[in-house]
Amino acid sequence: MPDLGKYADTVLSAYAVSILLLILLVVLTLRQGTRARRTLQEVEKRSKPNA
Amino acid sequence: MSMTEDTARPKRPSGFWSYANPVKFLGLSERVLPTLWVLAAISLVAGLIWGFFFTPDDFRQGSTVKIIYLHVPSAMMAINAWAMMLVASLIWLIRRHHVSALAAKAAAPVGVVMTLIALCTGAIWGQPMWGTWWAWDPRLTSFLILFLFYLGYIALWEAIEEPDTAADLTSVLCLVGSVFAVLSRYAVNFWNQGLHQGASLSLDKEENVADVFYFPLLVCIAGFVLLFLALVLYRTGTEIRLRRARALQAREARL
Repeated sequence: MPDLGKYADTVLSAYAVSILLLILLVVLTLRQGTRARRTLQEVEKRSKPNA
Repeated sequence: MSMTEDTARPKRPSGFWSYANPVKFLGLSERVLPTLWVLAAISLVAGLIWGFFFTPDDFRQGSTVKIIYLHVPSAMMAINAWAMMLVASLIWLIRRHHVSALAAKAAAPVGVVMTLIALCTGAIWGQPMWGTWWAWDPRLTSFLILFLFYLGYIALWEAIEEPDTAADLTSVLCLVGSVFAVLSRYAVNFWNQGLHQGASLSLDKEENVADVFYFPLLVCIAGFVLLFLALVLYRTGTEIRLRRARALQAREARL
């Protein structure tokens, strides 16, 4: 860990907020994607006999 | 008069425009995404580790200079995401390709997070350097307005049920918001009266940050660009699937 001196809180909080937001964005994106794939598969399976 | 096969069949778009076909677009994104995710992760982790652990303190700003590796790339992507949305919106308005409207919609949440990171890191950095978390400085203010435009853009997509109308209205909003995307980039040059400094990255060697900060910053920027591309490709795929599911559900309901 580098010596951040008197600005340690400043630098660490900037990194913490940014990394948290990036992780949240990626996780939500992947979760929405998985849900959309599942929904489409279900709808396609249901609609095939009607086709 | 008999028509030849060439004139009877409508010509299929080729090259770039062929990706307006959702199936072709999904095929491309499935092929490209694994590489993009890996490259984005490698360059982001490498750039941030390099910047955080292996660069010296600045003689004036001390260790707060390490915030540059998050602040500058996120601010760049906040503006560039809007620029990408603008291009996609124009393609929708002119050529009516649904994939481009969905790509613009998919990019907005990524852009809003990038803007939020830029605003948060800027405030955290500004407190010890300027003695305040916030100032109504031209660049900061135009960035805040850009953030509000992102929220308005996302809200407008959610508020309108008919997808083509939503795409039309959000595209127009995107054109209007582009003024603030440009302002947030050039406000420092237009009004030289705020707290915010000029460009950290410039073609002018004198204006640039020192090499010791410059190279890890370039790696971080590459990481943010790759992450943006991966997220937008993935999210556009999600939007295409959701639209197809809704269309099938609507057909089911009619039967």
